Amino acid sequence: MSTILTLPDQATARLPKVSYLNKEYGLKSWLLTGDHKRIAMLYFISITFFFFIGGAMAGLIRLELLTPPSDLLAADTYNKVFTAHGIIMVFLFLVPSVPATIGNFLIPIMVGAKDLAFPKINLLSWYLYVAAGTMMISVLAFGGVDTGWTFTTPLSTHYLNTHVISAGIAVFIAGFSSIFTGLNFIVTIHRMRAPGMTWFRLPLFVWSHYAASILMVLGTPVLAITLVLVILERTIGIGVFDPTKGGDPLLFQHLFWFYSHPAVYIMILPGMGVISEVISTFSRKRVFGYTAVAFSSVAIAVFGFFVWAHHMFIMGISNYSALVFSLLTMLVAVPSAIKIFNWSATLYKGSITFETPMLYAFGFIGLFTIGGLTGVFLGSMGMDIHLTETYFIVAHFHFVMVGGMLMAYLSGVHFWWPKITGRMYPEGVSKLAAVITFVGFVLTFFPQFILGYLGMPRRYAAYPPEFQVLNVFSSAGASVLGVGYLLPLLYLTWSLKYGKIAGANPWQATGLEWQIQSPPLTENFVDTPIVTHEAYDYEWLESKKGSEVPTVG
Amino acid sequence: MHFISPVLWQFLIKWLTYFAIFPPEASSIAPYADALYFFLIAISVVGLGAVALLVVTFSIRYRQEANPTPTPIEGSTLLEATWTIIPLILFMICFVWGALLYFRIYSPPTNAMNIYVVGKQWMWKVEHPGGQHEINALHIPINKPIQITLISQDVFHSFSIPAFRVKREAIPGRYNTEWFEATKVGTYHLFCTQYCGTLHSQMIGEVVAMTPEDYEAWAAASTSGNSLAQNGERLFASLGCSSCHNSGPNAHGPNLANVYGSHLQLKNGSFVTVDDAFLRDTILNPTMHEVAGYAPIMPTYQGQVSEEGLIDLVEYMRQLNSQYRIDQTIDNSAAQSIQTGATPPGTSAPALAPGAVKP
Amino acid sequence: MDSHTVAAQTAETAHAEHEHPAFLRHHFESVEQQRESATFGMWLFLLTEIMFFGGLFCAYLIFRNWYYPAFVAGSHSLHLWAGTLNTTLLIISSFTMAMAVHASETRVRKALIGWMIATIILGSGFLCVKAYEWHDEWVEHHVPGLNFSPQGFLHGTKDYPDDKLSLDMAEKTQVYFSLYFAMTGMHALHMIIGVSLLTILLIQAWGGKYVEGHVAPIENFGLYWHFVDIVWIFLFPLLYLIRRHQ
Repeated sequence: MSTILTLPDQATARLPKVSYLNKEYGLKSWLLTGDHKRIAMLYFISITFFFFIGGAMAGLIRLELLTPPSDLLAADTYNKVFTAHGIIMVFLFLVPSVPATIGNFLIPIMVGAKDLAFPKINLLSWYLYVAAGTMMISVLAFGGVDTGWTFTTPLSTHYLNTHVISAGIAVFIAGFSSIFTGLNFIVTIHRMRAPGMTWFRLPLFVWSHYAASILMVLGTPVLAITLVLVILERTIGIGVFDPTKGGDPLLFQHLFWFYSHPAVYIMILPGMGVISEVISTFSRKRVFGYTAVAFSSVAIAVFGFFVWAHHMFIMGISNYSALVFSLLTMLVAVPSAIKIFNWSATLYKGSITFETPMLYAFGFIGLFTIGGLTGVFLGSMGMDIHLTETYFIVAHFHFVMVGGMLMAYLSGVHFWWPKITGRMYPEGVSKLAAVITFVGFVLTFFPQFILGYLGMPRRYAAYPPEFQVLNVFSSAGASVLGVGYLLPLLYLTWSLKYGKIAGANPWQATGLEWQIQSPPLTENFVDTPIVTHEAYDYEWLESKKGSEVPTVG
Repeated sequence: MHFISPVLWQFLIKWLTYFAIFPPEASSIAPYADALYFFLIAISVVGLGAVALLVVTFSIRYRQEANPTPTPIEGSTLLEATWTIIPLILFMICFVWGALLYFRIYSPPTNAMNIYVVGKQWMWKVEHPGGQHEINALHIPINKPIQITLISQDVFHSFSIPAFRVKREAIPGRYNTEWFEATKVGTYHLFCTQYCGTLHSQMIGEVVAMTPEDYEAWAAASTSGNSLAQNGERLFASLGCSSCHNSGPNAHGPNLANVYGSHLQLKNGSFVTVDDAFLRDTILNPTMHEVAGYAPIMPTYQGQVSEEGLIDLVEYMRQLNSQYRIDQTIDNSAAQSIQTGATPPGTSAPALAPGAVKP
Repeated sequence: MDSHTVAAQTAETAHAEHEHPAFLRHHFESVEQQRESATFGMWLFLLTEIMFFGGLFCAYLIFRNWYYPAFVAGSHSLHLWAGTLNTTLLIISSFTMAMAVHASETRVRKALIGWMIATIILGSGFLCVKAYEWHDEWVEHHVPGLNFSPQGFLHGTKDYPDDKLSLDMAEKTQVYFSLYFAMTGMHALHMIIGVSLLTILLIQAWGGKYVEGHVAPIENFGLYWHFVDIVWIFLFPLLYLIRRHQ
């Protein structure tokens, strides 16, 4: 198979003498750093840690669901396990995954800046994340919480005696971590672009992070106040959500979903940014319809704020308001469709190679399309009545989040691994891992669509026997999927010491990050770059190759 | 489904249910829901197929060995418009179809037989108007529209019957309704689908659809003696409602004969149609529903009546379609109080301007 | 969207000759860029605060619409003098804060410190009055959940005899007080954070900072302080002034 990978001669290649990794040594230099790249690495390690804990919870769930009765875990334990899975995966993995690791690393470099606007706030953001994660782990250690990640009232306020308050505080803190990251990105993108870097010369990765940051900044505070109200109701006994005191539990639903729907776009938009970069690099051409893709990111962000009640179609909202939300849900599906078609069209007359990031990107396109289309099933209000609160929903969001977002994350990690570490990952085993992940994923989650239509409810520890065959398929797939995720953990760690030296631009890609050394200097650029060409300008790259200009820095 | 060959449809459904990957179609609305589902699957297959076709053919045709020099293409407004408008049209069809189905499912016909369901951790309590009580089971006749009036006693639950393609949230503090008409005799799953605590997965039951004759037989055999309305009548008297709500000339409260379904004018000038939710809420929060022409002296019964008691009272008022019936109630309560030696309950109220009620 | 660019030459010369103020962080090209970024960041943060309080205002709107008589009675039971005093204190403190920013811009150390101290005193005064009010609510059994009793609302008051509520509506005053404590509590928390931050800035100003051209922290803190003031200006009429015209 042909490849665009161009590595320096391994016999003589060396990592750069000075980079952000070895500029300073010692624990303090890492724990008190202001360097966005080091903070990204701190995030990377902690996010991976929490991902595997959340994954272990998933493993327990699928093990329990191999058999109809609740025989592996007691019902209470099962409830705590799926709650932990949800809270950890949503708040401690998916929301920060691409923005806090790849975004933190690359946004300043891609706009041509030396760092983000507020490095200390960036570090604070990481500490808040770690505090939230530590608090969540201690909640698990001290007996767990069983509200579900959705904290539905009045269950969470009056009918449970588990650690609801601590879990609520943990999520509150994680929310502020997210807000500060988004705030940093917005200010950086607005104010710190290098000379010549106009908005429409920015890589699409930056556009999608900008859109996600708007959502982070405007949506997360509403989750924060909602959690505060739940905690006040649980501690003091204020009654805003309690019908016996005149409150309304449906108010909680509105406030909660006002954030939690935009949250899913916070999770997916950065992943879409990764796909834009990867598809363009491995087709050797500019993304088709750059402007359309850029604007569709912003459109998703804006529309995403107006669809929250599609999570509440059966809860007794008025038929007419349900109508409005269903219509808007259909509208928000269109920009995502536009992106998929634009990416597919980018392949046309390209020169395509199939390295691991590209394999993950193809997986994304297929699985996200399915996930997104099943979202249309759910947005169609009459269909939602039958499908909601069943495994159809579970399958839908896992397709977009795991088949979509997680694949995009892995794509990005592999794509920028040489830039971040200076070394290449092993291509053979990484391709194998990508294929294993894809197969495992489909086997795990496709049967869940069928289970959902059959009516199997969510969050059930025990189920009627006729649902067993499909559940067994799903659990079998989960074990394959687990292997697919463990492999990168192993070979990426291996590559840190034994991977081939990558050089500045192993993928022959455009973008400011590929014009500097791998790993980059702490200050990214020795001199402020002056940008004179458009994004994804492969012709410029070709002409540059002719006269081997030494890379900046 | 009328516009698809019924033979083909039956065959498809039979095949799918045989392999246990499809729930039975046991209600009048189920085929309509399934038709929308098949349409959604069709456009998904077409959409995914189109994308897969593009990606696969381009990957093969334009792989590096076959096309070493890429051609930069900025974009095409025509293509953008095409793949914006076509998905938009398809999604709008889904929207309209879904909306029609939604309104159909959540708009009960007026002649529906009413059954009350109270959800509580972790069981479903079903109450038929004739006084039959069930736990985690629902016996219904086929070919008759049934309306479920749903409420929760504690947390959110969700009353789901997959075979009928209906589901509705049971919320504490307010009634929700759904309706269906069973078309096939059989036993079907009943699930609670909203996570409600420890035994959420045990809050399951059976819906037994029977022929009308079998249902009559079951109803006759399962009654506890008193219908819900009779229980309600008892409560109406014991709680002292009839001391204000009677037909006397100095009645402090509106006469409740035929109040169910009527249009009442409230103090703030607006009109409201009296239904289950209104009656329940007026008993608990009378100040929120001050009726024009009456002094706001009705006390609240919050904490004094259970959800079942409220259902009994609502059912009683539903059937209160004559003055004679009210007089019966008052006679019954007076007779009871003479027997016990107690004085009929009454209130001492300030002088009021009596107003006429507008039925 | 503006394409805000910075002249590369200025950056290069400044960097090469290290001729920039000590407070310029090295990832910024110029003092101007740093100042503008910091201000933009603070405005964005205030936007998040608007969304944060927004949830509470949303709940308030809904419940006031549903339980208006209860909200009227609840509002009348608050001490108007306390609310008015607090409003006055905060508005004056916004003035003193603006004067502090001016002092920083005109590089007058004594004035800066004086105005900052005045702001801290006024802010602390606000918190004292609030503490008194909360204590009073506790004594009158108006604290939801902990010691709430609707008894006081079953009869009218001397000033407002029409505030007599029936029992079910009197129970709803608990919702009013829930929102009262949540909203004023959130606001007080922001005031406490504000006073604490201002104290830190004061100590730094005492040591000589913020009068050598580095105005941004004082300016941006001023923005935060004014924002907390504006939130109160909304809270005051919504909580204290419901149907007070008699």
